[in-house]
Amino acid sequence: MLWRLPYHFGRYLMMLWQAFSVPENYRMYWKETVRQMYDIGIGSLVIVALISIFIGAVSGLQFIYQLDGQLIPMYYIGYIVRDLAIIELSPTFTNLVLAGKVGSNMTSEIGGMRQKEHIDAMEIMGLNTAAYLVLPRTVAALVVIPMLVAVSAILAILGGYAATVLPGELSHTDYVRGLLTFYNPYNVRMMFIKSYVFAFIMTTVSCYQGYYVKSGSVNLGKASTQAVVYSNILILLADYLLVVLLTSD
Amino acid sequence: MVRTEDIHKTFGDTEVLKGISLTFEKGKTNLIIGRSGAGKTVLLKILVGLIAPTSGTVWYDDINFTQLDKKSLREIRMNIGMLFQGSALFDSMTVEENIRFPMDMFKKMTPGEKLKRVNYCLEVVGLEGINDKYPSEISGGMQKRVGIARAIVLDPEYLFCDEPNSGLDPKTSLVIDELLLNITRLNNTTTIINTHDMNSVMGIGENIALLHQGRVAWQGHNNEIIHSDNELLQSFIFASPFLKELKKKAYGV
Repeated sequence: MLWRLPYHFGRYLMMLWQAFSVPENYRMYWKETVRQMYDIGIGSLVIVALISIFIGAVSGLQFIYQLDGQLIPMYYIGYIVRDLAIIELSPTFTNLVLAGKVGSNMTSEIGGMRQKEHIDAMEIMGLNTAAYLVLPRTVAALVVIPMLVAVSAILAILGGYAATVLPGELSHTDYVRGLLTFYNPYNVRMMFIKSYVFAFIMTTVSCYQGYYVKSGSVNLGKASTQAVVYSNILILLADYLLVVLLTSD
Repeated sequence: MVRTEDIHKTFGDTEVLKGISLTFEKGKTNLIIGRSGAGKTVLLKILVGLIAPTSGTVWYDDINFTQLDKKSLREIRMNIGMLFQGSALFDSMTVEENIRFPMDMFKKMTPGEKLKRVNYCLEVVGLEGINDKYPSEISGGMQKRVGIARAIVLDPEYLFCDEPNSGLDPKTSLVIDELLLNITRLNNTTTIINTHDMNSVMGIGENIALLHQGRVAWQGHNNEIIHSDNELLQSFIFASPFLKELKKKAYGV
């Protein structure tokens, strides 16, 4: 499989080159972008919210367990949950989940259009199909996913609060003190940078898998799986590179 | 008029088309026929630019279609309408939205003008009043007719149809054939139909090309078929013993 990597990468770049060109009709592209924003944003809100609350809750409880009996002050729980959510868990987890939900859906939708000759029909009409199918989805993802990540970070912090303060494991004052301690706005910027990069990877990789799918339902299923697997691998790889890049002095 | 000059197409080690030179005339129903695997669909896709030929040239009147850059290709495609085998209607759109799509994308028209044009095209294909239906809510034959309505909405000079009658009963097939013939006459289009439906061949074939193993095996009008001594043509058109018998009784050949 690895020897095919340059071929796929080249074709992926060519698709992007085609996709990021001047739209034939801004109104139609905008309409499609809004539809995608709704699908990605509203359609994913519940799952992102649920995951975020549990991530925050589990992180809070785990660290209470870890720090119990240590010399580290307990208000650090709020600080750890906040930074974990903002820097790492919310951007990465949200995008990994969205790769499974939104990414595979994009691959199936575009792949289905390819197999049912919808894309050919659009080509014959004179449409730049790569642009019409990829650009609105990418723009929608770049607008909506950072918002989802921000919501996720807030909910994770609230989840941590609910799991630690409400059962009485930690006082309200300690948790809030932790949240306000060592706050660095740069971390929020880092969260948004990660969100944009991950959203771009997830969307374009999924669109690529759908756009070039071969005929047959087996291939469509395979393409959807590959979209999720490759998006996840690339998101984790990008996460590592971004951390190296953004945290180096 | 659409013309091909020595078209070759190779996939891997398999040469699917071996030097196809054909002329498809304006204002006529031009049919490409042949057995499955003869290269009909590949030829049709080369004609509309969905597949590039390995060698050879496609001419649209005096324009070298195979040499066009992407921008010019898109411009000429505004003059092309195509009906796909599976109709290729967009599932998420209503019939009206499907037909309106090319106008929405490329034409500066008021919503009223667009609706008028959609209704006219639906009237041409005999499907008035189904504007709000989704493709999944109408029959296969109706889907084909909506596909034709979408293909002619921009009033194209060239109309391509890939197996327009596949999966349809003989009566509906006749309706589709008649429709394609009428549109060809009405708009003076260069209509190219890829089919292996014998009713279409005998009914509307004004310029027929028989492909066999990637080559043109016969070319002519449907009234030349009965008395042609081309064995490939005869064995293809009158494949069943019933038709052979019928031909013998009717024409004595």
